[in-house]
Amino acid sequence: MISQFFVLSQRGDNIVFRDYRGEVAKGSAEIFFRKVKFWKEDEAEEAPPVFNVDGVNYIHVKVAGLFFVATSRVNVPPSLVLELLQRIARVTKDYLGVLNEDSIRKNFVLVYELLDEVIDFGYPQTTSTEVLKSYVFNEPIVVDAGRLPPLGPAAIFMQGTKRMPGTAVTKSVVATEPGGKKREEIFVDIIEKISVTFSSSGYILTSEIDGTIQMKSYLTGNPEIRLALNEDLSIGRNGSSLYDYRSSSGSGTVILDDCNFHESVHLESFDVDRTLSLIPPDGEFAVMNYRMTQEFKPPFRVTALIEEAGSSRAEVILKIRADFSPNVTANTITVQMPVPSYTMRASFELEAGATGQTTDFKEGSRRLEWNLKKIVGGAEHTLRAKLTFSQEIHGNIAKEAGPVNMNFTIPMYNASKLQVRYLQIAKKSKTYNPYRWVRYVTQANSYVARL
Amino acid sequence: MAPPVSTPKSASPSQPSGKSEVTDLKLQLRQLAGSRAPGADDAKRDLFKRVISCMTVGIDVSPAFSEMVMCSATSDVVLKKMCYLYVGNYARCNPDLALLTINFLQKDCHDQDPTIRGLALRSLCSLRVQNLVEYLVAPLAAGLKDHSSYVRTVAAIGVLKLYHISATMCHDSDFPAALKALMLSDPDAQVVANCLYSLLEIWTQDAANSDEAAREIEALYGKSIIYYLLNRIKDFSEWAQCLVLDLVSKYIPSDNNEIFDMMNLLEDRLQHANGAVVLATIKVFLHLTMSMTDVHQQVYERIKAPLLTLVGAGSPEQSYAVLCHLHLLVMRAPMLFSSDYKHFYCQFSDPSYVKKLKLEMLTAIANESNTYEIVTELCEYAGNVDVPIARESIRAVGKIALQQYDVNAIVDRLLQFLEMEKDYVTAETLVLVKDLLRKYPQWSHDCIAVVGNISSNSIQEPKAKAALIWMLGEYSQDMMDAPYVLESLVENWEEEHSPEVRLHLLTAVMKCFFKRAPETQKALGAALAAGLADNNQDVHDRALFYYRLLQYDVAVAERVVNPPKQAVSVFADTQSSEIKDRIFDEFNSLSVVYQKPSYLFTDKEHRGPFEFSEDLSNLAIGGDSGDDVIHSAQRYEENDKDLLLSTSDKEENGGPTHNGSSTYSAPSDVNSSTSLVSSSTTQPAAFAIDDLLGLGVLDTPALPPLPALSLNAKPVLDPGTFQKKWGQLTVSSSQESTLSIQGVASLTAPQSLIKHMQNNSIQCIASGGQPPNYKFFFFAQKEGSSSFFLVECIVNTASAKAQIKIKADDASASDAFASLFQSALSNFGSS
Repeated sequence: MISQFFVLSQRGDNIVFRDYRGEVAKGSAEIFFRKVKFWKEDEAEEAPPVFNVDGVNYIHVKVAGLFFVATSRVNVPPSLVLELLQRIARVTKDYLGVLNEDSIRKNFVLVYELLDEVIDFGYPQTTSTEVLKSYVFNEPIVVDAGRLPPLGPAAIFMQGTKRMPGTAVTKSVVATEPGGKKREEIFVDIIEKISVTFSSSGYILTSEIDGTIQMKSYLTGNPEIRLALNEDLSIGRNGSSLYDYRSSSGSGTVILDDCNFHESVHLESFDVDRTLSLIPPDGEFAVMNYRMTQEFKPPFRVTALIEEAGSSRAEVILKIRADFSPNVTANTITVQMPVPSYTMRASFELEAGATGQTTDFKEGSRRLEWNLKKIVGGAEHTLRAKLTFSQEIHGNIAKEAGPVNMNFTIPMYNASKLQVRYLQIAKKSKTYNPYRWVRYVTQANSYVARL
Repeated sequence: MAPPVSTPKSASPSQPSGKSEVTDLKLQLRQLAGSRAPGADDAKRDLFKRVISCMTVGIDVSPAFSEMVMCSATSDVVLKKMCYLYVGNYARCNPDLALLTINFLQKDCHDQDPTIRGLALRSLCSLRVQNLVEYLVAPLAAGLKDHSSYVRTVAAIGVLKLYHISATMCHDSDFPAALKALMLSDPDAQVVANCLYSLLEIWTQDAANSDEAAREIEALYGKSIIYYLLNRIKDFSEWAQCLVLDLVSKYIPSDNNEIFDMMNLLEDRLQHANGAVVLATIKVFLHLTMSMTDVHQQVYERIKAPLLTLVGAGSPEQSYAVLCHLHLLVMRAPMLFSSDYKHFYCQFSDPSYVKKLKLEMLTAIANESNTYEIVTELCEYAGNVDVPIARESIRAVGKIALQQYDVNAIVDRLLQFLEMEKDYVTAETLVLVKDLLRKYPQWSHDCIAVVGNISSNSIQEPKAKAALIWMLGEYSQDMMDAPYVLESLVENWEEEHSPEVRLHLLTAVMKCFFKRAPETQKALGAALAAGLADNNQDVHDRALFYYRLLQYDVAVAERVVNPPKQAVSVFADTQSSEIKDRIFDEFNSLSVVYQKPSYLFTDKEHRGPFEFSEDLSNLAIGGDSGDDVIHSAQRYEENDKDLLLSTSDKEENGGPTHNGSSTYSAPSDVNSSTSLVSSSTTQPAAFAIDDLLGLGVLDTPALPPLPALSLNAKPVLDPGTFQKKWGQLTVSSSQESTLSIQGVASLTAPQSLIKHMQNNSIQCIASGGQPPNYKFFFFAQKEGSSSFFLVECIVNTASAKAQIKIKADDASASDAFASLFQSALSNFGSS
């Protein structure tokens, strides 16, 4: 059971503080913040999400630059508290539209209303956005999402693609829109985080996709929804899972290692034709999470080279090639490469005519950084850098540099080939035709090339 | 409450400025209090918001209490809720003023709107004011019977709140019984869950002094209630499901079919997107199958995929919690995960606390089939920019080398590390090479060749330097310039700040001297002279010892300082298997994250009903059973270690009964050397006085008449069942007994008492401790029956007292057994 719940800003200010059981001293927020801030003085190590100070357990998640913290004196299941904290953040976002310090400060009374119902005397009650509606009486004060750091992967749809109504994902589930009428719409996002490690010779050492089908429904009356996935989708690679009967099918099939589902999902027809049926609750939630280690084509090829060029100089060549269709564009790409610790200076040479690219040598962390606004499918980009060292090179310089790490987002692309074939909404009337948005996005989780 | 905020960027009206703000608020509230003017509610809302905002950032707005109450007469729900929040926060410090709120809260408890009723009831119960409890009873009783399920959920938790303010009031009103009835009948699952939360907490606290509560708790884990809850598990919210699953994990099924039925029923819970539900389910599966080895293993196979999916799916924090559990499972059964090693490779984005876990897992699952891949991967991390992780990786490679049979390739890798010429890599590697040589002396040739090239000047870290010096001493016959390197080190004695290094230097020079006397003589003389003049007591003592030893007889000195060594076979595990088992019992709790059993980090009053106390922790389960094989290996290691460890470490190791299981000591233990001294001085004195007064033996209670109870001479009970029973049964008899002088005298080691009790048909299942405190767990079985008696017996030889706690399957026979046990104990030493 939870003793206290509080939300702290990055600076350690209390934004929301709720004491449920009165068994932990009031100074806990301060103790927590000091501990997190100075976890290990000499090493830049992050505090773990769960720690104990003087018999009080502090459990926290970081969302949108804020700390969501619970304290407890008993030996609680950590995953329960962490899931609950995450859920509180999500429910709050459902109500406020945007989750950040400003929106919580402006709506803290509403947040207290939520907290009153979500937890009673430390025990979780309900976290259903829908059920909570009948107990929340404050109207949310909507803050402008434009300049604020977005929450979660779904927020990337606000930039980049023009097809999406930018405000939709930041719409509160309770706020009435200017026209007084709610727009009937539903969003289904297929979000994939990919991890790939390339060996120094370019082979793929490990690759994995962690995907989630996320849904956000603004449909009134909660109609039933059918979500059809690839017909030849199969689950369970190693024969360890229940659905093992198709794992040997030929190429082109999508084989997931494993998946899990939101509790509203009915799986009756899933085994037959790979459709999920559900009555989506209000607000944002993950319909299905999946994991895939089947080989897939990585969206980028990265090659990195470091060569001696004289006794205290070296040259670095970084090359990336976008291995996807030209009508897809990746955005916000960052390539980082650690260089030997005795590097003093770096000078960069971009290819001729390069636009939207910046380079930097981070002296503190001894890294080269290369940022690209976007990369169109099929394109290839190169960066050359000359390094100057403070001492003569000895030994193998490649051992002291790298690995290269890459970050990117590719909208309307998914590496796993998992597809939503159709999204069917049970019709209430002939004229009922809500907007449906099915969107794909792939992000780098850990995209590493070794030297 | 919290530090005042430094001014945030937006100048919102809700930003407080302190005392004047409170006065201002009071004034404005007073003006609005009676107002019925249109727009008054809006003005009140703004004011209330400012008050709450002040409260949040830690400004004391309690002076406005009466004004707030005056304004609370409103039909506006938003206002009401803010007022409730305020009152809940300050009532405890203003009990007199809190009385003012009772009136309107009670009135709201009868409101037509169930939402208002629920809110009011919740606030009423949250006041936490002792002298207002009488006002709670009637609304609570009504609330439990309310036709709105919302009000009932509030009332169910409300009972618990009342219990915490006044347990007697709660019992006098018969609320626990009402909750139990509600739990078994309410159609609303959340009401059932809340009843369960409350009852568990109430009865757990009561169980300490009430047998009835203990029985009620036991009934909650009984078949009928477990089945009732399981059958409607899908009605419960995901959070309440976790509660039910936790209960189920403690249920003891009667046969295997029951186990399979339950597992089939819960199978789909493993596919839940909520990690908390999945982990709670896994706990059920693991605990149900504990005694079925093959099924248990299947469970491991089954839960792998869902766990890995959870690791990938959630936020980094959620992944961490799941990964900790995966770590526990991997450590328990590394074999089962040997083909999944790639999942535990570190990712670029992993925080360091995740990387550390993964490195440990990789180390554990390395075996013949995957070592090459794992070590290759680890070697990549060794050059990592993240230095602590790089160090951990090198250590991991070393550990794998120490646990493998085929270390060929790994030794090469380690030696390659030395060529990287990074300070910390070299330092870590040297320590590893030293350990490796202690286990595989046959590699000395290859290693020494490379180590010999390292300049001792380039190494700064004491541990690494000590390792290098150890190797110089140990292998001086193979290293051409060993005497000269040592000599130059001795010359720089003054600059060597670490006493650990200086100690090693002394020993190394000695060893070198025995092998290459003419070349080392000068260095030895210098080292001994420097050692004798050293400020550090340990260094000085060792130098003096060596000096006298050499004076006495060089041959003896060689036998002492440089005896032939046996290779170390197994390095001691840091955590005892009991601790590990305990953590496994507490699966799906913080214990797994901290890697400590709960009694090490929670206060007594916050422990759950099934969390064992520290009693079993530091005792060797199974008593003195034949661990001799392992012991001998450890002993070699200890002997060897003594030469390497600094003296402070040695003291710990040199304890009288050092073995694997006592390396970990619970905080409550008093086995420090000081208590040893005090016991030996006070003990005779105390007895002398007793004797003078003619007490002593007479002090023991007169022997009770021979009880009718007879015990099975050879009962069988395995430690696991014992622990389970011990956790479930309540203390039926708790007594203090006195030992005879002869008894105390005989109790030099636990074994003597164990033998004695055995002769009385009472078996020992675990024992431990050091003088003057011994702890025993005994059990006995009634002849011709399946009912067991479990005993915890703590003996203090200094006071000649024994604390006895008895738990019995059959509580009615417990008294008879208690007297039997007491008489056996008082006879100890007299035969």
